[in-house]
Amino acid sequence: MNEFVVLLSTGAALFSIGLYGVMIRRNAVLILMSIELMLNAVNINLITFQRYLYPGTSIGEVLIIFVITIAAAEVGLAMAIVLRVFRNWGTINVDKISEMKN
Amino acid sequence: MYSVLVGMSAAIVLISALGVVSTKNIVHAAIYLLITLLGVSVIFLLEFAEFLALVQILVYAGAITIVLLFAVMLTRDIDQKDMENNSNRAWMALITFGIFIVFTLSIWYQNWSITEIIYDAPNSFRLLATALFSEFLVPFEIASLVLLVALIGAVVLTKEGRDGA
Repeated sequence: MNEFVVLLSTGAALFSIGLYGVMIRRNAVLILMSIELMLNAVNINLITFQRYLYPGTSIGEVLIIFVITIAAAEVGLAMAIVLRVFRNWGTINVDKISEMKN
Repeated sequence: MYSVLVGMSAAIVLISALGVVSTKNIVHAAIYLLITLLGVSVIFLLEFAEFLALVQILVYAGAITIVLLFAVMLTRDIDQKDMENNSNRAWMALITFGIFIVFTLSIWYQNWSITEIIYDAPNSFRLLATALFSEFLVPFEIASLVLLVALIGAVVLTKEGRDGA
């Protein structure tokens, strides 16, 4: 019970930290790092739920494998976009890349 | 002993995550992220998910951090102006802390029906593989298709076009 609550709170705290990073950072690469933190918070919650609420099954591990797959695809695509943006604009500050506004 | 290990790995994860969002040096942020991911893999080990701990180290710590470091090296500004943060950080911190408090209260006041823990969970690998290749076969194949599309998309995006764009 104790570890269960501690691990769920860790997931909540990690998600909040990642959210804070997404909101304060202006560098696209640092925003991606914060998104990785949020995805890992989800993974911690999934493995905790599986371990303490559904022991003997592997549903949480399957979901975590899918989350890791999507995270890898996301990072690959996002890095391509970041490199392209840097080549075109000369910066990856997300406040200065405002071509698609107005 | 088990509780101590869980608490220590949780503390490592949270402290290095705070380092990721608070450091001024972008390479230091990547190193802190690496420590966070390794801490999460320790949590996986403590929850008897050895395969996931391996995958976490291989994919996250081995591949994603390196890709992020490559992007850092390739896009670094000379004057480091990219590290400027948003101005109203206090408000953001307050909002996220409020969200954290809501999460934690809802965790603490929930009536969880925790099942008796099996400490010698047998054949975690076999259970996982059976589920992955029978019940979740179609999502598994779709995930591989997603990876293929991301690969092709990354190549297309970074390729120098004929128009020189």
